[in-house]
Amino acid sequence: MASPLRGEVVRLYKNLLYLGREYPKGADYFRDRLKTAFLKNKDVTDPEKIKQLVARGEHVIKELEALYYLRKYRAMKQRYYEETKN
Amino acid sequence: KMSSRVLVGVKRVIDYAVKIRVKPDRTGVVTDGVKHSMNPFCEIAVEEAVRLKEKKLVNEVIAVSCGPQQVQETIRTALAMGADRGIHVEVSGKDYDNLGPLQVSKILAALAKKENASLVVLGKQAIDDDCNQTGQMTAALLDWSQGTFASEVVLEGDMLKVVREIDGGLETIKIKMPAVVTADLRLNTPRYATLPNIMKAKKKKIDCLKAADLGVDLTSRLEILSVEEPSQRQAGVKVETVEDLVTKLRNASRI
Repeated sequence: MASPLRGEVVRLYKNLLYLGREYPKGADYFRDRLKTAFLKNKDVTDPEKIKQLVARGEHVIKELEALYYLRKYRAMKQRYYEETKN
Repeated sequence: KMSSRVLVGVKRVIDYAVKIRVKPDRTGVVTDGVKHSMNPFCEIAVEEAVRLKEKKLVNEVIAVSCGPQQVQETIRTALAMGADRGIHVEVSGKDYDNLGPLQVSKILAALAKKENASLVVLGKQAIDDDCNQTGQMTAALLDWSQGTFASEVVLEGDMLKVVREIDGGLETIKIKMPAVVTADLRLNTPRYATLPNIMKAKKKKIDCLKAADLGVDLTSRLEILSVEEPSQRQAGVKVETVEDLVTKLRNASRI
């Protein structure tokens, strides 16, 4: 197949895999799901469709980063700030 | 305009999400095979320094960490977030066990002078020892101004406006540069050190040196006598009916 978009897809996969190491349910859980999600679309050849899927992956990256940030922020807030009434 | 260089201290600590275990001999906590990462308050400090650089208010951001080889990972994370270069002050063995805020602030003060920095940005405290002393002591050793618990920092010429988080409110101060600033939780939202940026950061330089090269003596006057687990919370009980609940509360003299 060797689509010119192949590199981009591999890069996306690697970046997601890296992010998955911090996933609350564990890296293994994340990797399984990540692999399944990519394999589901392994036969897609339409470049437009591939670009769309990559864009969705990039969106997931942003969501994960936001999730990790919030999770950490909440933990810090809970530990270092007294609960304010009202 | 002053040549402005920012020194950011980054500490490698046990990851915030890890359940901490105390060693059976009570000399400390278990660190072997435990996930470590950059102290969250240090991430906020790095972010603030990088933003100052992005606004072209400073020329260079240097990330410093003291400790064994592994702290280079923490420095690498700071470089991935946008710091320009790193300094690894190698401290290991017994010196590392005894490394506290005083020793680190001596190192930071020496580096601030050596690198001709005009600003030192640190986290307000580290989530492992919760000392909240390094920034204050660094400022004292340098005889620089300090803006601690910063929730907003504005650089205006050679003055720094710092909004500080204090009990029940905010305090705004204006201090003269050079200065030491310590970051509180709400100062900013640190960016994520993504894989591509970690890879790019491998090309950035990390200088290694020893405390002795800076003329810093790491002797500590503190001795840890004992580290204890916090007391366990008692388990709750389930009750079948409202009557049960009332009886139980009465017996416990809660009502």
